[in-house]
Amino acid sequence: MNKDTLYVKRKRPTDMLLLAAIYISATLAVALLLGIILYVFIKGIRTVNWAFLTTVTSARKQTTGIAGNLLNTLYIIVITLLIATPIGVGSAIYLNEYAKPGKLVSIIEFTTETLSGIPSIIFGLFGMIFFGETLGFGYSLLTGSFTLTLMVLPLITRNTQEALRTVPDSYRTGALGMGSTKWHMIRTILLPSSMPGIVTGIILALGRIVGESAALLFTAGSDYKLPKFTGAFGDNLAKLAHKALESGGTLTIELYLQMQKGQYDNAFGIGCVLIIIVLILNLLTKLAANKLRRE
Amino acid sequence: MNGGTHASVMGNRKNKAVVETVAQIVFTICAFFAVLAVVSITLYMIISGTPAILKVGLGEILFGTEWMPTAADPKFGILWVILTSIVGTTLAILLGVPIGVLTAVFLAEVAPKPLAAIVKPAVELLAGIPSVIYGLLGIYLLNPLMYKLERLIFQGSTTHQFTGGANLLSAVIVLAIMILPTVINISETSIRAVPAGIKSSSLALGASHVQTIFRSILPAAKSGIVTAIVLGVGRAIGEAMAITLVSGSSVNVPLPFNSVRFLTTAIVSEMGYSSGLHRQVLFTIGLVLFVFIMIINVVLNKILKKGADDNE
Repeated sequence: MNKDTLYVKRKRPTDMLLLAAIYISATLAVALLLGIILYVFIKGIRTVNWAFLTTVTSARKQTTGIAGNLLNTLYIIVITLLIATPIGVGSAIYLNEYAKPGKLVSIIEFTTETLSGIPSIIFGLFGMIFFGETLGFGYSLLTGSFTLTLMVLPLITRNTQEALRTVPDSYRTGALGMGSTKWHMIRTILLPSSMPGIVTGIILALGRIVGESAALLFTAGSDYKLPKFTGAFGDNLAKLAHKALESGGTLTIELYLQMQKGQYDNAFGIGCVLIIIVLILNLLTKLAANKLRRE
Repeated sequence: MNGGTHASVMGNRKNKAVVETVAQIVFTICAFFAVLAVVSITLYMIISGTPAILKVGLGEILFGTEWMPTAADPKFGILWVILTSIVGTTLAILLGVPIGVLTAVFLAEVAPKPLAAIVKPAVELLAGIPSVIYGLLGIYLLNPLMYKLERLIFQGSTTHQFTGGANLLSAVIVLAIMILPTVINISETSIRAVPAGIKSSSLALGASHVQTIFRSILPAAKSGIVTAIVLGVGRAIGEAMAITLVSGSSVNVPLPFNSVRFLTTAIVSEMGYSSGLHRQVLFTIGLVLFVFIMIINVVLNKILKKGADDNE
């Protein structure tokens, strides 16, 4: 039988080769990426226990723990999001609802885009000299939070903008047509309808904050101790408030320092905690995004 | 009914007008925050990066090959540092992009749907893994492997300085892995966005599936893939914490088995103890990095604009 018939599939060696390349690449990429998560998780989980999470490393008490770093991370998350969320959402509202397309909008959008492309080490340098030295906040959780605010702003703006775009125009014209003022319409119609998008932005920002290290090393510093709670309730409250002005290292900073010292068990323990946090945040993002799609 | 006039449509018209104006002003200020941030970062980088240039001389810094910041007669040449960043980023892109794009092809075109549905979220998850974790694995797993390889290659060499595995090649591998999620995600999106007509026409003309992928689909998804590469370059050149310990700690010619310093790692590892002119030179290094990033941003903006125009 002649080989050149329709019924015999021609063998193409290049095809086979390219297909093999595709399979090899995909296997390699997926194996690497899953391997990283599993390795850190399995190696780190042995170190993670109640004492590791609730004590502070101390030579005198012979404890190794990351409670101070957890608290610092929490401080930075809360302060950063408290500042960045209103500004980011406000900026998105301006871009979507008030601004007329033109040079101004394209400048604002270009700078937002630029801001998200600046590497964290540059934010760190800027935060150190501007918030730390010029404004005089020194190495403190507040300096770190201000620096991270600039970093996560584009994330919140962009996600809010996307959510605002999905709100049908008929909602706007309907509300305005019934005599609502623009601000009233934004507050009662637009913001509630775009809430899942805003939440997605906040969770993504949270993930960025938790994973950030280069921007914090020279702004928030590396202290790992907890405030000493003694005496009256008021005193303790004052101590908690004052903590924002003190230096404090987040989980990632502590991981970096531990690995610099060659304390790999502790480093993997912190890595494991970080991966669990990232997993949870990822899950929350998925939930928020699903909610957005359904509406 | 309580509330009276407040609930009425006519009530408090003046108040409402004030609230309206205030709201608009507040939102406008919020929007200008990003502009303000970029302008002040640019200004501060220039202001703090130039004093050292004026004192040491631009040519001396950019093209000098000696880095002895704490010597009695200090030398501040960062040519090797700049070249390390360029060479390291290029190698990471050459290694990471083909794997990333082919994985994206696999996810979008080859993999059965249920498999793609599992792999895709896993890749997205990896984009969120903190960079210090990549660094930890680099120093814990990759460096010892590299050291073995190094001993094998340079067996008996008298000129080679052994690095214990902390070298350019290790850093390149870490960077290549780190850019994978970005490259895979963006390439996959752009491959999926290719109109179905292009694929079916190619298949109808008798091309095989693989030929269709490489001759029709990938060329059509070109602008998305270029975007992925540029974003990958940005991520690789700006990464600091993952490679600080992995890449070694001496300023050196960027050869695969040399202990090297990148623009970013030079700042991270010396900022802590530097002072005076040394510190100012570190800010100059920051300025050089900033210039690179700005160029990448402008290029990216051009590509995205062109992509948007093509789609219209």
